[in-house]
Amino acid sequence: MDDKMSVPYAIQCKGITKTFGPVVANDNIELTVKSGEILALLGENGSGKTTLMNMLSGIYHPDTGSIFVRGNEVSITSPKDSQNLGIGMIHQHFKLVDVFSAKDNIVAGTKTDKRLSGKKLSEKIKEISRKYGLEIDPDKKTYNMSVSEKQTVEILKVLYRGADILILDEPTAVLTPQETDRLFDILRNMKENGCAVIIITHKLNEVMAISDRVTILRKGKSVATVNTAETNVQELTELMVGRKVSLEIDRPEVEQTENLFEVHHLMVKNDEGYYALNDISFNLNGGEILGVAGVAGSGQKELCEAIAGLIPADKGAVLYKKENIIGKSPAEIIKMGISMSFIPEDRLGMGLVASMGMTENMMLKTYKNTKSPFIDKKPSRELALKLIDQLEIVTPGVNTPVSRLSGGNVQKVLLGREIESNPNLLITAYPVRGLDINSSYTIYHLLNEQKKKGVAVLYIGEDLDVLLELCDRIMVLCHGEITGIVNSNEVTKEEIGLMMAGEKKAGKDGAKA
Amino acid sequence: MNSVKTKSHEPLIRVVKKPEMPTSKAVILRIASFVLAIAVGGLFILAIGHNPFEVYKEMIMGCFRSKIALQGTVKIIVPLLITSLGVTLAYKMKFWNIGAEGQMLMGGIFASYFALFQSDMPHWALLTVSFLAGCIGGAIWGIIPAFFKVKFGTNETLFTLMLNYIALYVIDFLRHETWRDPGARGFPKIASFASNARIGAVFDLQGGWVISLIMVVAVFVLLKYTKFGYEISVVGESQPTARYAGMNVKKVVILTMALSGAICGSAGMIKAMGSDYTLTLGLADGVGFTAIIVAWLAQLNPFVILLITVFFSIIEKGSGVIQSTFNISVFTSDVLQGIILFFIIASEFFTRYSFAFRKGGKSK
Amino acid sequence: MTMFINFLYAAITSGTPLMFGTLGEIITEKTGNLNLGVEGMMAIGAIAGFYVGYTTNSVILAVIASFIAGIFAALIYAFLTVTLKANQNVTGLTLTIFGVGLANFLGDFIRTAAGETTLQLSTEFTAKLATYKIPLLGDIPYIGHLLFDHNPFVYFGVIICIIAGIYVKYTRAGLNMRAVGENPAAADAAGININFVKYFNVLLGGGICGIGGAYISLVLCGGVWTQSCIDGLGWIAVALVIFANWNPFACILGSFVFGAFRVLKFYVPKDVITIPDAIFDMLPFLITAIVLVITSIRKSKERSQPAGCGVNYFREER
Repeated sequence: MDDKMSVPYAIQCKGITKTFGPVVANDNIELTVKSGEILALLGENGSGKTTLMNMLSGIYHPDTGSIFVRGNEVSITSPKDSQNLGIGMIHQHFKLVDVFSAKDNIVAGTKTDKRLSGKKLSEKIKEISRKYGLEIDPDKKTYNMSVSEKQTVEILKVLYRGADILILDEPTAVLTPQETDRLFDILRNMKENGCAVIIITHKLNEVMAISDRVTILRKGKSVATVNTAETNVQELTELMVGRKVSLEIDRPEVEQTENLFEVHHLMVKNDEGYYALNDISFNLNGGEILGVAGVAGSGQKELCEAIAGLIPADKGAVLYKKENIIGKSPAEIIKMGISMSFIPEDRLGMGLVASMGMTENMMLKTYKNTKSPFIDKKPSRELALKLIDQLEIVTPGVNTPVSRLSGGNVQKVLLGREIESNPNLLITAYPVRGLDINSSYTIYHLLNEQKKKGVAVLYIGEDLDVLLELCDRIMVLCHGEITGIVNSNEVTKEEIGLMMAGEKKAGKDGAKA
Repeated sequence: MNSVKTKSHEPLIRVVKKPEMPTSKAVILRIASFVLAIAVGGLFILAIGHNPFEVYKEMIMGCFRSKIALQGTVKIIVPLLITSLGVTLAYKMKFWNIGAEGQMLMGGIFASYFALFQSDMPHWALLTVSFLAGCIGGAIWGIIPAFFKVKFGTNETLFTLMLNYIALYVIDFLRHETWRDPGARGFPKIASFASNARIGAVFDLQGGWVISLIMVVAVFVLLKYTKFGYEISVVGESQPTARYAGMNVKKVVILTMALSGAICGSAGMIKAMGSDYTLTLGLADGVGFTAIIVAWLAQLNPFVILLITVFFSIIEKGSGVIQSTFNISVFTSDVLQGIILFFIIASEFFTRYSFAFRKGGKSK
Repeated sequence: MTMFINFLYAAITSGTPLMFGTLGEIITEKTGNLNLGVEGMMAIGAIAGFYVGYTTNSVILAVIASFIAGIFAALIYAFLTVTLKANQNVTGLTLTIFGVGLANFLGDFIRTAAGETTLQLSTEFTAKLATYKIPLLGDIPYIGHLLFDHNPFVYFGVIICIIAGIYVKYTRAGLNMRAVGENPAAADAAGININFVKYFNVLLGGGICGIGGAYISLVLCGGVWTQSCIDGLGWIAVALVIFANWNPFACILGSFVFGAFRVLKFYVPKDVITIPDAIFDMLPFLITAIVLVITSIRKSKERSQPAGCGVNYFREER
């Protein structure tokens, strides 16, 4: 009993392969995690992290390969099996019943304590909360909760079930830096209590901050596992993207037309009736790329939609060539030469019709331009063919539903169409999300081309390094307010990080509000 | 956790998603399931003591063997075909309404007003006006749920179910009160239409067939080649995308439902003035529901809808024939229809998913 | 006063089949399946209950038979929608066509086989379905007759509504079922066996609908088999689910309110109020439609159709 196997790994994956149709999502993956250890699973979007974890949590079943939990080979065929093995997964998109209270969400599906009365349950939940430093009102309804509260419920849910192997999928994407710190404290508490924790992320600073070891996935393969203490950000980046990269994005100097676009004191309410945008003012010049930084959910979506006329503004003005466009319909705004390529999380939700081919997607905004009641597909097909050629879009044909294209190609279809409409103002949100490095550079290049043509570009991004390289100025949003607008030459990543957390920056020369 | 030994078996059968099936293969699969369904229906006929081949043959022959038989079949085909085309527009927009019954009834009511009280008009004028009235009646019954859907998000499935009944009781009201036939001593019914208010025959068949075939082509063209059809598809796929593209989603929803309702309403008009020659509670008689099944089976393709409608109508009409020939209950057709439908519905699964069997020897 | 009591009494009698149908559909919808086949399930329950009552003269066996028949009908629906993930609306509509047709077909078949012109239950059997006055409580003036002097189905219906209410609202199994109906992905991640929960509740709901059918064929039709005897009551039950707010307790009262609407026309003094019968018949649907609109205006998340209703769940769907 005193050989190596006496302390088996909490989880050991051997040679896991999983394919979806022709796509190999996981290819012969090796991964281990010990009890009392935090493992970071690092990789670009689409590298197979979530697929791998979904196999541990019973959502998918591997095609080949074996999974060992505490030294025993197991076959996990349902989330229930996974739970019985003490594995708890916190999904990126929360799996909570909206109309249930926190308590009901926590106990649903559990078998134990059938007779516990409501009060006793609440106490048990509070006890677990105290142990790990979590805070939640057990009777609060889920639809009244903030994202971080929902996440707390998710964590409690797995702890209540006695899980001691925790998997968190991109848990910090929706959190402020402060909330992230609190989450990390909780994770450290779990580690102290002997839990094994796997955290999925693509944020390098977080990997360095929280993990003991890092396993890196690249294109579905596990390329390396390193001790966090013995590595650095540069090495991790190289492992993640597969070659030495220097983040050098062109930033051509272009003559700017002043104040092509201005936003004055814009206030926008979200569905729940809170201000998603609170007194936003900025200006944007032609021939300039203005970056927007901020934690997800800080008002980026509302900003895009308000400018495009998709949601009403409560107060304020949006001036395009000195003309107020607030109150105009989306159709009128499109006609004025304002173009938005908005890629929401599900990528095809807005901007493209998933079940239609490229041809029919090309005419989404232009089909009205002819007088006849019939649609003319010819120009759209020609445009589709032109884009396939110019942007090297990989597709079986112009009539193949775009939902079957890969993420990068979908982005090219969307952005290509928007650029072809010769906009004066181009709003683009997360255009490189889910793309590999090469495709990303194609997109950056396209945006710079537009900038050179004198187009004003509003670039909503995630990666601060990219924002700093690509954009002329950066506007930082936090909870729907602008915490600063800075020249990207005169600011560091750390400063932007602080502003994203809510620290206001006294307006430097970049900010005119 | 001390129950580390929970080693579960990989289940023998799992459901897995298939990559999209090529159309040709999907068609073969559907035809196969159809043949299988007919075979199982045959077993059912065998079980009740008859020769399935003879019964099936009689059903088909009974629909076409004489002019009268064919006339009867066409009268079943026309309203079902038109209503299926109507619901196709709504379902293309993913507006899950089950209100075609009510739209037919309203169409019938509006048309009947002219058939009953304005029957002095010239024949063609009367038919045209009644047809338009039927369309308007159906359109109103389509617009109401659409309005509440876009305004408040009211659930259209449940709401249209209510509207069906409201329309039904409007007829009930009319036959008891306002439009009651004084000639029908005591029995509450609406008078038969004057012969001027009856749709005549074109090539010996009820004239509705011409209109219905025109509609097949019209709906096909509308969906495939017009801007409005394009808008319906985009709104059905994703409302945010439609708004993003500058479409007025509310307008599209209401217009589409108006058109969908109008088409269903015209079916009510044609049924009342072309077959029933009066307005009764049995005007729609489940056609609005069957139409949903037809449209869905046809995957919203108007030409396939034509095929499936003919098939349904043969079963419907044929069941009357086999009742008199073999003395089989007239309700046999409903049972047969049910069995066949269940098979086709089930086969749909295999176009999207497949069963994966546990690989032998891998799990102990 | 007696007139009023008689009216309420009649409301309860005529509302009872709705109570079963509605309760069955509430349970079905709570688990995330909209089953438009209530009419068909009730029809199959009706013929099964009638046939067994006709041949065995046992009320208990008749009810059990209708329950099992309802389960059988729901099993077709559950297999197609849960296992084969077929469109719920289309499957439900087909079940209605099939169920009503099958009941009528079997009615014909049994009648022909028995060589009778009509199928009639024995007097011995119908006597068992007479009213039972509950001792003591039944003797309270007015209220006693109104509430405690009914045929056994009425008591039975109220009792299962209460049991179902407790099951849905206060038990762990009910919590799991609501989780499945609201958000199957969440329920799945919570370790709930989705297919089991769906099958169990859809079948249970179907069985209860079947009993409602038996009440119609055994009691309401006066002991004679009537073709198409459900006559839209199944569809009214689907409407009543909305009116009852997907709440089994409210289902009791809701059924009686709808029952009251159905008999109102017989009790309104014709010389005082002259509203045509058809308008009375229309009222329940009109009111349900209004209720539906009001709920949608209030946008209450908790008082509306379970969010997962109508959508089939596939775990690997992304």
